[in-house]
Amino acid sequence: MSEEVEGTRISEEQQEMEDKVISPEKEEEAKLKARYPNLGAKPGGSDFLRKRLQKGQKYFDSGDYNMAKAKMKNKQLPSAPTEKTEITGDHIPTPQDLPQRKTSIVASKLAG
Amino acid sequence: MAGPGGGSSDVQWCFSQVKGAIDDDVAEADIISTVEFNHTGELLATGDKGGRVVIFQQEPESKNQPQCRGEYNVYSTFQSHEPEFDYLKSLEIEEKINKIRWLPQKNAAQFLLSTNDKTIKLWKISERDKRPEGYNLKEEDGRYRDPNTVTSLRVPVFRPMDLMVEASPRRVFANAHTYHINSISVNSDCETYLSADDLRINLWHLEITDRSFNIVDIKPANMEELTEVITAAEFHPNQCNTFVYSSSKGTIRMCDMRASALCDKHAKLFEEPEDPNNRSFFSEIISSISDVKFSHSGRYMMTRDYLSVKIWDLNMETRPVETYQVHEYLRSKLCSLYENDCIFDKFECCWNGNDSVVMTGSYNNFFRMFDRGYRQDMTLEASRENSKPRSVLKPRKVSTGGKRKKDEISVDSLDFNKKILHTAWHPLDNIIAVATTNNLYIFQEKLN
Repeated sequence: MSEEVEGTRISEEQQEMEDKVISPEKEEEAKLKARYPNLGAKPGGSDFLRKRLQKGQKYFDSGDYNMAKAKMKNKQLPSAPTEKTEITGDHIPTPQDLPQRKTSIVASKLAG
Repeated sequence: MAGPGGGSSDVQWCFSQVKGAIDDDVAEADIISTVEFNHTGELLATGDKGGRVVIFQQEPESKNQPQCRGEYNVYSTFQSHEPEFDYLKSLEIEEKINKIRWLPQKNAAQFLLSTNDKTIKLWKISERDKRPEGYNLKEEDGRYRDPNTVTSLRVPVFRPMDLMVEASPRRVFANAHTYHINSISVNSDCETYLSADDLRINLWHLEITDRSFNIVDIKPANMEELTEVITAAEFHPNQCNTFVYSSSKGTIRMCDMRASALCDKHAKLFEEPEDPNNRSFFSEIISSISDVKFSHSGRYMMTRDYLSVKIWDLNMETRPVETYQVHEYLRSKLCSLYENDCIFDKFECCWNGNDSVVMTGSYNNFFRMFDRGYRQDMTLEASRENSKPRSVLKPRKVSTGGKRKKDEISVDSLDFNKKILHTAWHPLDNIIAVATTNNLYIFQEKLN
């Protein structure tokens, strides 16, 4: 009985190595963790969902807006966001950067 | 052997038409965001990121060319939605048309629902081919005549004029969604429809715009506890009390509106058990369902997740009855697909008229068809290179192994910017509409 347990323990390591070979998904996961060590421990969960729900939100509140404006005075361009976990922060554009939201008065090219 | 809409083993697909600009420089507004045939297949609607709708109408089959079915030409085009800014919530509201759904035709006019992230609109598309002439008090150009100059009376008559197609917004269903609308679905009762956002589903009556009933609410009391969102929803094609909604966790819930006013408790939960040993960081992301569609028969439903298409028997909740791999070779590319955000692409799927074949898009402007009966699959490409009229499309193949055969394309050469997210199948015939980024391709079955 105990022999079997020991056997299992040793093969667990083997299993892990085998997993990396057998499962391409786990291999990809290892690659990702190597590139982004700070990636949240909670996979796929709240971060993505919250980002999705906040789509389109320009300013969290007026404090956010004023912070962004203040940062604009110091920097020329806002830094391009690469952080996968950031939801809101100093990469929010200011009114000067927002493109003019006008309707496309031009007809669709599909109708051309 | 093959009936109408029959197995793909017998059907050869030919290029028919392509709509849109040829140039590679794509304006964001021109990105096609939805494609939908109406119930007879005579009309084909597209929506784009610029909030515009273009409707094509099929020409009647001509006696000169009995070999091919009618071509689709522009019937009507209009600006459905405009960009807005919600100042209270500091929220930019895109004008992009997320979905278009046609109403079954009841009279001479056609009606469709179009929606962006926040507002649904009912559009009436009507034809005018006569105009009144011979008014007593008005000149032909519209100027009013001085009544004192009228010496005799005549009866105005209707005279034929060049066909004019007018689109007018008949209803605006607004302010009912806090989150972004992903689906709309017309009930088989033709009186009500549902709209679904990330956390809630609302039921509307087509005549009533100032009221909407909330029928599903999955918003947790504490948003920190949020674990899944609604990704798609659809009414059953003939049971007016039944609808389904899919989630970002790969589950589908079927609800019965007769059971209670708020359908938070599902009648059925469709979920395929996951092997815990295979779980990875990507598991949940790729299991997120991007589209759910009932079969025309109402017996099955199809779901699309990142790598596969699954067919479910509504009588069996434990697992799908069929699973088709769309592009399994991407499983070993998930890391880069996560980095370039492609892993979040939302592909749609559709059934053919008799539910024997299903279709979905992929990358590199490839799209895939799965014949359920013959158990065959086919990969085709929508490209300008294969756009000679009535030229038969050659099946494409992605090489997965080390050796790449001639005519095959390797996974690393795939263009991930060329995605086919939206496809539609004519309800009766073998005619398909496939949208690349900014072009609409129409393919037809080769008829001899």
